[in-house]
Amino acid sequence: MSGNLLQVRGLSVEYRGRRRVRALREVDLDLQSGHSLGIVGESGCGKSTLARAILGLVQPSAGEIRWRDWPLDPRDRLRMRDLRRELQVVFQDPFGSLDPRMTAGASVAEALAALEGTTDRVAVRNRVAATLDEVGLDPALAARYPHELSGGQCQRVAIARATIVRPQLLICDEAVSALDVSVQAQIVNLLHDLSERHRMAMLFISHNLAVVRHLCEEVAVLYLGRVVERAPRDELFSAPRHPYTQALLAAVPEPDPVRAQRLAASVKGEEGSPAPQTDGSGCAFHPRCPLAVTRCREQRPGLETIASGHVVACHRWREVAPPAW
Amino acid sequence: MAGARVLRIKDLCVDFDTEQGRVRAVSGVSLEVGQGECLAVVGESGSGKTQSFLACLGLLAANGRVTGSACFEGQELVGASERALDLVRGTRIGMIFQDPMNALTPHLRIGHQLTEVVRARGLMGAEQARRRAVDALVEVGIVDPAARLLQYPFELSGGQQQRVCIAMALMTNPALLIADEPTTALDVTVQAQVLALLRQFRTRGLALVMITHDLGVVAGIADRVAVMYAGRVIETAPVADLFAAPAHPYTAALLDSVPRLAGPSTSRLAGIEGQPPRPHERGPGCPFAPRCTSARTECRTTDPEMRVLGERSVACHAPLHGGWEA
Repeated sequence: MSGNLLQVRGLSVEYRGRRRVRALREVDLDLQSGHSLGIVGESGCGKSTLARAILGLVQPSAGEIRWRDWPLDPRDRLRMRDLRRELQVVFQDPFGSLDPRMTAGASVAEALAALEGTTDRVAVRNRVAATLDEVGLDPALAARYPHELSGGQCQRVAIARATIVRPQLLICDEAVSALDVSVQAQIVNLLHDLSERHRMAMLFISHNLAVVRHLCEEVAVLYLGRVVERAPRDELFSAPRHPYTQALLAAVPEPDPVRAQRLAASVKGEEGSPAPQTDGSGCAFHPRCPLAVTRCREQRPGLETIASGHVVACHRWREVAPPAW
Repeated sequence: MAGARVLRIKDLCVDFDTEQGRVRAVSGVSLEVGQGECLAVVGESGSGKTQSFLACLGLLAANGRVTGSACFEGQELVGASERALDLVRGTRIGMIFQDPMNALTPHLRIGHQLTEVVRARGLMGAEQARRRAVDALVEVGIVDPAARLLQYPFELSGGQQQRVCIAMALMTNPALLIADEPTTALDVTVQAQVLALLRQFRTRGLALVMITHDLGVVAGIADRVAVMYAGRVIETAPVADLFAAPAHPYTAALLDSVPRLAGPSTSRLAGIEGQPPRPHERGPGCPFAPRCTSARTECRTTDPEMRVLGERSVACHAPLHGGWEA
């Protein structure tokens, strides 16, 4: 498809340490320019590995990532450097992602110098001021160091630094997870506005399904390195078909005491987060799945298209009841 | 209130001596929690929710000072000697924190850490402590507890580590458990399990203080809620009332900021403009006035008194949802 900004096919990533961890397995994804895709799942599901692979920070063990129809090869350093202008990232920890010894303005200006080679001081200062203003920061804060800023302000600086070069894709890896709820709402709105204004595509990685629902048009659910369900937003949230998606949705604590009481009883004592097994037969979710039958233990379900744009990897998706809220 | 009063905090103030002078972090906080009750203390970073309870336990940083009163089972904790506090901390009052990995010592086995308090206090012999540790792990839903005692923290998942921390707090059958953001670092599915566990202990008579910024967590576990802003309690209410009809504009704005799974999805989130005031920047008047959409002149000049109506209270000149004028 030529309208595709990002095309991921059969992407697998392995980490080799004392034991082999298969962090991503045969992942397929597409992202059109200007669109937003949410990636959700628990810790260890491969969300961040996916971001790192797309950014060329880890070498895939199999599969292909195509950026605007060109294969992306992390070993091609020169080309990756060019791509940095088009592909930017914002991480979770706003303090950790800024250099504590650089002022906010210098951090943002550095991106401009490194990626565009802009050195004209006046031009740099004006662009930095304009970008800080765009992300809702008083340009006077450019002179401050990260420790003089709040978490929300630091995250705005990180967003300014990532967007000053007008990337076509912004990868947000848990970018609002460390923020207080009122600040989180401000940053969610900011990301939404920036992506609309500049037709910037977003890959929004988060464990917070409610935030993803507000920001992303399409959502992919990862479980132990595989996409288990992918659907347009409204369909995923109103009619999830994978039991894991359902369990995730049911576990989200909603600020509604009435719903909380109703759901309190439905939470079963499944044990903790899953470990990335080397490999087992069958569906990876079957040990925790309330619907698992013999077939689920023996045969791994492939992704099946069940409606336009809605794919699910479950033998029993037809029997997954609509959610209880 | 569900049962006998376990902890009663009155007019608690916490000050820190800093390079910029003395800074008031907690200002006149009054709270109560009873047997079998869960009080949720909600607020954003810097609202003073954690410092209030650290102050009660005598755990403030060296430059911190506390005044006021915190009465636990009839005993005054503010100004009590370290020795007196040691008889309460970790035995009658348990505490669990946000990050279980940091709460556990990485180089000591789980069993050693679980039994440390009861052995140090001379409450149990080694074998009795070990048996109690196994029971405590069973209570928090850990599979194969005897084997876990020999493991190190890194061998457990985050959820299991937090269960171990809860078990540790429960070793001595405390009357009060203070949980400071206990599920913030956990996945939603694991969070749901840990909350279910805490709910279960509450029904056995444990008083629970849940410090959190997550209103979803509050809705799932609390009986009563205290909302803190800029070092003070600005609203208290039974949980259902608070969510159905918040009285303080800050509470209402906080509820509107939460992204939801239901309802319209494309709309922008409400958010709250601006930032909470820093402790040394507070002027006269209501601390929320600069961000409040319904602020009046008096809000900027006079700090509102706490008004009480039935089981609810609010510190606001113009509470939402009527009935407060009386």
